Amino acid sequence: MYDSGKIIIGIGIFLLFVAFPFYYTAIGKPVVKPDPRIDTPAIQAMEKKQCVESKNAMKTLHMQMLNDWRDAVVRDGQRFYVATDGKTYNMSLQNTCMHCHSNKKKFCDECHNYMAVKPYCWDCHIEPKEGA
Amino acid sequence: MMKMLVPLAAVIVLIIVSLAGVEAAGLEAVFGIVIPYLAFIIFVAGMIWRVIDWGKSPVPFRIPTTCGQQQSLPWIKQDKLENPSTCTQTFARMILEVFFFRSLFRNLKTELHDGKVVYGSDKWLWLFAIVFHYSFLVVFIRHIRFFVGDVPDVIHILEALDSFFQVGVPLVYITGLTLTAGVLFLFLRRIVIPQVRYISLPADYFPLFLIFAIAITGILMRYFTKVDVVAVKNLTMGLVTLNPQIPQGIGSIFYVHLFLVCTLFIYFPFSKLVHMGGVFLSPTRNLANNSRMERHVNPWNYPVKVHSYEEYEHEFKDKMKKAGIPVEKE
Repeated sequence: MYDSGKIIIGIGIFLLFVAFPFYYTAIGKPVVKPDPRIDTPAIQAMEKKQCVESKNAMKTLHMQMLNDWRDAVVRDGQRFYVATDGKTYNMSLQNTCMHCHSNKKKFCDECHNYMAVKPYCWDCHIEPKEGA
Repeated sequence: MMKMLVPLAAVIVLIIVSLAGVEAAGLEAVFGIVIPYLAFIIFVAGMIWRVIDWGKSPVPFRIPTTCGQQQSLPWIKQDKLENPSTCTQTFARMILEVFFFRSLFRNLKTELHDGKVVYGSDKWLWLFAIVFHYSFLVVFIRHIRFFVGDVPDVIHILEALDSFFQVGVPLVYITGLTLTAGVLFLFLRRIVIPQVRYISLPADYFPLFLIFAIAITGILMRYFTKVDVVAVKNLTMGLVTLNPQIPQGIGSIFYVHLFLVCTLFIYFPFSKLVHMGGVFLSPTRNLANNSRMERHVNPWNYPVKVHSYEEYEHEFKDKMKKAGIPVEKE
């Protein structure tokens, strides 16, 4: 092989890049799967533990729903949301969502941190104060 | 037309295969574990094999493509970037090539105007090549958030910049759109310009269709059809920690996306896409034009038996003198 020194350095850099996830995860903190908790007092007190929409819909679409709620409230002054099951909810992050899910750290942050997502909810809303 | 339809059909078949494999045959483990590992190994081994193969090819002489004044007399100004003569100058030239696609920037359009050949600057290819490659790079780097537990801050900053306009939720990534636009332009270029269409082969269309399909499935997943993204990360982290598992209920479109990406990785070292490594090993780029300063000897020169005139004259001196032929040495 010609210029083997340079070629081996090049291959080394390439391997350093492609193997990054493997060694970075191996030397870093152990990966903990998220475990969002719904054991808040408000949820415990509910007879039927049911969010605004079904669990699956909430899981994949909650961000879109919050965005739609924001637009409806802030831009159109429309404050009430009729869910698929006919129940009416007050469209409010702090008064409706966070009333039940009062455990931001153990609920919201669990998955958001795992997925490295930083929603900008708390740019405007007041973040709930929780003990560590 | 067939040159375009065959690769298009190939991509559609890939999509159907992965959809059928997951939906009908329930082969999640194959598409989620076996093929990704295979693709990674083939990609890495294939790239190393290609580079070593290139390294074995001798390049005895300096063959850089130059387009400027070479180093000459001290009062003639050298074009150090277009015609480098030292290692540093060549390095600078390579940096401009790798990061800014300098040779594409010189792309010309040739046209006939009133019977005369006219050359004009044509920067569109350069512009969209830059847009495409850098978008793909950012999209690629962004995906690291699925492959490490503790995501580095650099990735957070990159994501924040990429979703700078804060449109919709999940925030729209600018590079997702520009990557798709770049691929579309590179495809349109091949079908709109007759000369380029003439020289385009299935191997030119296939990567474009494949990357387009990857981008579209990714965009669909993020903004429209939705997948269980936590389950997706459970799967990818399982791969990274060598503890593979198949979480339930991810959604088939994820497996389509993953299978297309695996195809891209497997296809990579054996196709034109390998220019990712090849750009560094192009003798027409990475050599200094120092042929006038240094002697480059061909390593496989055959030892030629030489009989110089001096020896010849020495051998036949007497006969030459007799015949009256002038000799140099008495």
